[in-house]
Amino acid sequence: MLPIEHYLFLSLALFIIGVIGVVTRRNVIVVLMSIELILNAVNINLAAFSRLYGDVAGQVFALFIIADAAAEAAVGLGIIIAFFRNRETVLADEMDLLKW
Amino acid sequence: MLDKVLFYFFAGIAVASAALMVTRRNVVHSAIFLITALLATAGIFLQLRAEFLFIVQIILYVGGIMVLFVFVIMLVNLDVALQQMQFARQKWVALIVALALAGQVGVMFWTSGKMPGQGLPVLTAVAANRLPLNSEAVAKSLFDSYLLPFEIASVLLLVAMIGAVVMAKKRA
Amino acid sequence: MNATLQATLEFLKLYWAPLLCGVAVVAILPLIVGYIVLVERKIMADMQARLGPMRVGPHGLLQPIADAVKLLIKEDIIPEHADKLVFWLAPVLSVGAGLLSLAGLAIGPAFQIAQDINIGILFVVGISALGIFGIVLGGWASNSHYSLMGALRSSAQLVSYETAAGMALVSALLFTGTLNVKSIVEAQSKEGIWFVLLAPVAFFTYLVASIAETNRAPFDLPEAESELVAGYMTEFSGFRWSLYFLAEYTNMIVVASVATTLFLGGWLRPFAGVSWLNFLDFVPPLVLIAIGAYCVLRVTKQPTRVQQLFMLAVAGLCFVVALVLAAPVVLPVIKPSLREAVAPFYAGIHGGFWFIFKVSLYIYFFMWLRFTIPRYRFDQLMRLGWHFLIPLSIINVLLVGVALIAGAYFQLHGWGLLLVTTPAAILALVAAFLILAIEKQHDARQEQTAPSDFYAG
Repeated sequence: MLPIEHYLFLSLALFIIGVIGVVTRRNVIVVLMSIELILNAVNINLAAFSRLYGDVAGQVFALFIIADAAAEAAVGLGIIIAFFRNRETVLADEMDLLKW
Repeated sequence: MLDKVLFYFFAGIAVASAALMVTRRNVVHSAIFLITALLATAGIFLQLRAEFLFIVQIILYVGGIMVLFVFVIMLVNLDVALQQMQFARQKWVALIVALALAGQVGVMFWTSGKMPGQGLPVLTAVAANRLPLNSEAVAKSLFDSYLLPFEIASVLLLVAMIGAVVMAKKRA
Repeated sequence: MNATLQATLEFLKLYWAPLLCGVAVVAILPLIVGYIVLVERKIMADMQARLGPMRVGPHGLLQPIADAVKLLIKEDIIPEHADKLVFWLAPVLSVGAGLLSLAGLAIGPAFQIAQDINIGILFVVGISALGIFGIVLGGWASNSHYSLMGALRSSAQLVSYETAAGMALVSALLFTGTLNVKSIVEAQSKEGIWFVLLAPVAFFTYLVASIAETNRAPFDLPEAESELVAGYMTEFSGFRWSLYFLAEYTNMIVVASVATTLFLGGWLRPFAGVSWLNFLDFVPPLVLIAIGAYCVLRVTKQPTRVQQLFMLAVAGLCFVVALVLAAPVVLPVIKPSLREAVAPFYAGIHGGFWFIFKVSLYIYFFMWLRFTIPRYRFDQLMRLGWHFLIPLSIINVLLVGVALIAGAYFQLHGWGLLLVTTPAAILALVAAFLILAIEKQHDARQEQTAPSDFYAG
């Protein structure tokens, strides 16, 4: 295993790119994909520390995060499809039905 | 040596794919780059000797979630020319947030070196050939210590499945 | 520089055997796939009372080479407005996933590319699931409605039957307690009984699910010629199409190998543990000598000189293989002191033979089904997967688990486990058919009350 800093920097880089994607993009599907990237960054962090401390609990928690990401992606994409059927758009700017 | 080569290979692919993913105009290209980023992350897991996590990442994340994404993208595929303005007013917010995060971690590393005795703990990982069998260890931990979260996760997945079906169903 | 060179040399010293196996597989696989296609055409011809390819080479034996050359020199047509990057990437993904999953399989105890992986069989199943992207992206990149529909249908079918296949594998893995490929076969050797007898419902489920996973008939609606032209493969011509073809037959080999490893005893001879049946070891070389003798008999019946020589060559090949197979079993009989020296060769060669034999049987069954049973309609296909196979496989997992606990309580081993697993299998089938019957009743009642919906199903 390499020194832990390597994995932390990689995780940080992916996290930052994910945050930039979430904040910047208009297409809601790309926003969801950036959220998946953020979750992956967290998983790398957990797996690296699990290897460092020799405790497999980190990997178990990463498994739960993957399961959770699957649930969230399914529900999120269902919402997007339902919205698309009504409004024919997937751009975040145009989803303004609740604006005054 | 092999560890280093593998890490830099997978890390490079992961960061490059992630950067490409958030900048592509075509959503399908973004999805493909996310797939490569996820595969590279799986490679990092393998390099960390987390074999079960590696294969779960490939089966669930790449083979499940990304297939779902690609399906939905093809269902809602609008004319690409509509999406020109990608990086609108919020790009400065994004830059500030990114710099804040990077700065925070940088300060942590910098001060941990400066103050003696208060730095990151220097641990050495167990040698790779003395690790327990990964699947067995994960299974033992999952069904021994973390049984309740496991059951809750399965209920969560059931709820999500029902929710997704209800939301995406055609109104009769 | 010196450090990297030394590190590379050390890597090669450690891993030269798997690397060589990998290179051999990637180099030989297209040829093998070509000849599997020829075998399929000959079997198809035989079942349709005709002869099949006979022109190219004696008895059509050079047909695959002619086909390969033709496909390679065909013009590469890319549809207008097709996404060039994805169009190039899609077949590569399919082939890559198929070839990579071959790495985890053990053909005989000596031949395994990725040796001793902890997650063995899960690696094979998971990586072969990546082939879905090749299909979906290929259909999308073709920039054609029919290709996209075919791709979405095909990938929906693959995803639906993946769960059933996985659950079927789980109920067989309950007997082994490990995912390691070699340990699975060793567990079958230890129990003395193949898991196909201990978990027949799981084998049946995996059989049906693997036919659907590889898009073979009767589940080949997405790529049948009379439907949607050729589905997602329509716009791919020449070499790209041959890559998809290679991917399909590689997937067939992979699912056959997984089923063989998990259910049919891998590389074990039938009745491997029973020592008074050891004369069965002589069956492989004797069968090959018989085939060689038959070829020699038919030499004089060939019309031309070239075909006669070719028949002689085939007979010679059979005799050589028979010699290779006979050596490890005949030498210990002649000179008993050689028994330990010859044992690893026996295990490797005969193990490889039995594994390939069982895989061939499984693939022959695929081909047999293809030319016998009519095609399933898409909604019937999805109904079969979701409404029958998934409940069946999940109930089977539960019941096999209960049966194993009962077996451990009564301390049953080997063939004794049949006492508990057979009732479990029967119960699982009964439960699944009950679910189907209740659904049918429910549907019949709904049809009486609901207005006709043309898009139902």
